[in-house]
Amino acid sequence: MATITATSPSLAASPSLAVPQYDYDIIKKFAVMSIVWAVVGMGAGVFIAAQLAWPVLNFDIPYLTFGRFRPVHTSAVIFGFGGSALFATSYYVVQRTCQTRLFAPGLATFTFWGWQAVIVLAALSYVLGYSQGREYAEMEWPIDLLILAVWVAYMAVYIGTLMNRKQPHIYVANWFYLSFILATALLHVFNNLAMPVGLFSMKSYSLFAGAQDAMTQWWYGHNAVGFFLTAAFLGMMYYFVPKQAGRPIYSYRLSIVHFWALSFMYMWVGTHHLHWTAIPDWTSTLGATFSIMLLLPSWGGMINGIMTLSGAWDKLRTDPVMRFMIVALSFYGMSTFEGPLMSLKDVNALSHYTDWTVGHVHSGALGWVAMISFGSLYHMIPRLWNTQLYSERLVNVHFWVATIGVLLYITAMWISGISQGLMWRAFDEYGNLQYSFVESVAAMHPFYVMRTIGGAFFLSGMLIMAYNITMTIRQGVRAARAPGAALAVA
Amino acid sequence: MIKFKHESLETNTGLLLVATMLAISVAGMVEIAPLFLIKDTVEDVPGVRPYTPLEQLGRDIYIREGCYTCHSQMIRPFRDEQLRYGHYSLAAESKYDHPFQWGSKRTGPDLARVGGKYSNEWHVQHLIAPRSVVPESVMPNYPWLMENRLDYADIGARMRALRAVGVPYSLNQAEYERNVKQFGAEMAAQLHIPNARESLIAQVKANNYDGDPSFVSEMDALVAYLQVLGTMVDFSKIKPEELVKYR
Repeated sequence: MATITATSPSLAASPSLAVPQYDYDIIKKFAVMSIVWAVVGMGAGVFIAAQLAWPVLNFDIPYLTFGRFRPVHTSAVIFGFGGSALFATSYYVVQRTCQTRLFAPGLATFTFWGWQAVIVLAALSYVLGYSQGREYAEMEWPIDLLILAVWVAYMAVYIGTLMNRKQPHIYVANWFYLSFILATALLHVFNNLAMPVGLFSMKSYSLFAGAQDAMTQWWYGHNAVGFFLTAAFLGMMYYFVPKQAGRPIYSYRLSIVHFWALSFMYMWVGTHHLHWTAIPDWTSTLGATFSIMLLLPSWGGMINGIMTLSGAWDKLRTDPVMRFMIVALSFYGMSTFEGPLMSLKDVNALSHYTDWTVGHVHSGALGWVAMISFGSLYHMIPRLWNTQLYSERLVNVHFWVATIGVLLYITAMWISGISQGLMWRAFDEYGNLQYSFVESVAAMHPFYVMRTIGGAFFLSGMLIMAYNITMTIRQGVRAARAPGAALAVA
Repeated sequence: MIKFKHESLETNTGLLLVATMLAISVAGMVEIAPLFLIKDTVEDVPGVRPYTPLEQLGRDIYIREGCYTCHSQMIRPFRDEQLRYGHYSLAAESKYDHPFQWGSKRTGPDLARVGGKYSNEWHVQHLIAPRSVVPESVMPNYPWLMENRLDYADIGARMRALRAVGVPYSLNQAEYERNVKQFGAEMAAQLHIPNARESLIAQVKANNYDGDPSFVSEMDALVAYLQVLGTMVDFSKIKPEELVKYR
C-alpha cells in the first residue's frame, strides 16, 4: 500500500499530492482520545474496585458512590476507549484498504465531536443520578438520541467510503467493521425504546417491562460484547496483525466462515445471561446451544490470527507490538472458551451472580479488547505522525505490566467467584444453609484487594503507554516542523 | 441454477450490507419477537399490582443510585435460594417494572423478596450506615436519603409516562373503575393519577417509614419500595400444582 513520506521527493513533488492521499486528521483525534479515555476509564475501574475492598472510599458523597460510578467506568472504557479506538482504526483501515479518502469528511468530524460529547455527558449524568438502570445502556434518552445521530453519520461515512473504493474487493476487516456498525445501530435502537417523562425531563421509562425487558436488554448486552467488543476488534485484528507481521492472513476461507458464522450466531446468545430466571425455558436453551456453537467460529478466528504469524514466529521475540497482538488473540481464545462453558445451565447455576462473570468479562476486555487495541495503536500512531515509536522498550514494559495485571485480576475473580457460588449453595449436616450471605462478603475481601492491585498494574501500563505515545507524537510533530520537512505536512 | 460465489458479496457494498443485515436479524425475529406475542411469557398471577406513587418514586431512587449494580431481584428455583431468599421469582412479579431490575451480580444479597423481612427502622439505619448493623458489609452509606426532600412535583407526569407504556394507572373514571375491580377500591384510589400527590403524602403519614414525620424524605420513598418487594403475591393461596404453570 502506498504511503506518503517526507523522504520521497518524487512523490511529494507531483501536483496530485496537494491533497494528501488519506484523511489522517480525524484518525489522530480519535486515537489520542482513545488513550485519554483509557486512562480515565481504567482509573475509574481501579477506584470502584478499591471501593469494594474498602467501602470507606465511597466518602459518603453521592456522586462518588459505587452504584453511580460503576457505569462511569463501563461507559468510559467500552464507549470512550473502545469506541474511540474503533472509530480511529476503522477510518484508517477503510481508507487504506479502499485506497480512497473518507466520504463526507464533515460528517466524520461530527462523529468525533458528537461521540466525545456522548461520553462526557454520559459520565456527568450518571454521577448526577440520571440512569436508565440498564447495564451498558445507562445513558438517558437525550444522550441516546445523540448516539443515534452520531451513528447514522458514522454509517454514512463508512459505507460511503466503501462505495468510493478504488479496489474491486472489500477487504475482510471491513466486513467486520460493517457488521459492528449495523448491529450496534439495531441493538441501540431497540434496547433504548423508552417513554420520556417530559420534553424537559431527563427521566424516561423503558417501553418494555419485566421478562420482555430483560430479554431485550440482554440481547443488547451480550451483543455489545459480541459486536462492539468482538466483531469490531476482529476487524482491527484482520488488518493490523497481518500488517505488523508483514504476512498475509493465514486463511482467506477461514475468514469467510469466521465472519458469517460469528455475525449470525452472536445475536442468539444473550439469553445465557438469564438462565434459571423467569423467562421461557426454550429461549434459555436456545441461547446456550448457540453459545456452544459459537466456540467454533471464535476459535477459527483465533487460529486464523495466530497462524498468520507462521513462518515469522521470531517476531514474538523481537517485536513487542506483535506480542501484544498475539497475547490478545490468546486471551480471545481463552475467553471464548470460558464463555460457552459458563453458558451451560449447570455451570451457570454456580457462576451467575458471582465475580466469575466479572472475571470473564475482564479476561475478554483487558486481555483481548484492550491488548489488540494497544497493539493496533502502537502500530498506527507512528504512521499517522510519520515517525517511529519513541521507545520500544517502554512498549515491552507496558506489555509485561499489563499481562501481570490481567492475570492477577482474573485469578482473583476466579477464586472469589467460585467461592461465592459454593458458599451460597453449601448446606450443613442438618440441611440448613451453611453460610450467611455476609460471610461470603467477608470471605471475598482478600480477592477484592488482589483485584484492585491487578487493576492498578493494568492502569500503570496504560500510563506508560500514554507517556510513550505523547513522546512519539511530539517527536513526529517536531520533525514535521523542522526546516526541510515542510513536505511532510502536505 | 446460479452458481453462488462469495466474491459477489465482496465486490458489492449493497449486497454485503443486505446479507449482513439478514445474518444479524434472524435471531431477534426467532428468539425475541415471539416473547412479545406468546401470551404465556408472563402469566396473570393474582395480587400483582402497579406500584403506588410513593413506591414508584422509591424505585426511581433505587435506579438513580445504581442499586442494581450489586443487588439482583430474581430468585432462581434452587433449594439454597429458596431457603435464603424465598419462593423463586415469577415473571408476573415484574410485569410492571419499567425497566426490569433483575440485575446480574450479587455483591450484596438478592432483594426480590426483601419486603417485610426487616423493620422500617432497620432499613433506615442500614441505608444510613450499613456497617452499623452488618459490620462486614461493603455497601456505601446513603446518609443523604434521610436529608433530601422527596421531589414529587412531577409524579403525575411520571405516572402518565408509565401509563403510556402499559402500567394501568388511571386517568379517568372508567379506568379508575376498572382498577377498583382488579385491585380493590383502596388500591385503585392510590393508582389514580389525579390523586397522586394526596395518596403519596397519605402513605407517608400512615407509615412514617423514616421515623421523621416532619417532611417527606427520599428515605420514605426508598423504604416504601423495599418493603413492597416480593410481597404482592400470596404464595399460601396458590396450590403447588398451579405454580407449575407460572414458572
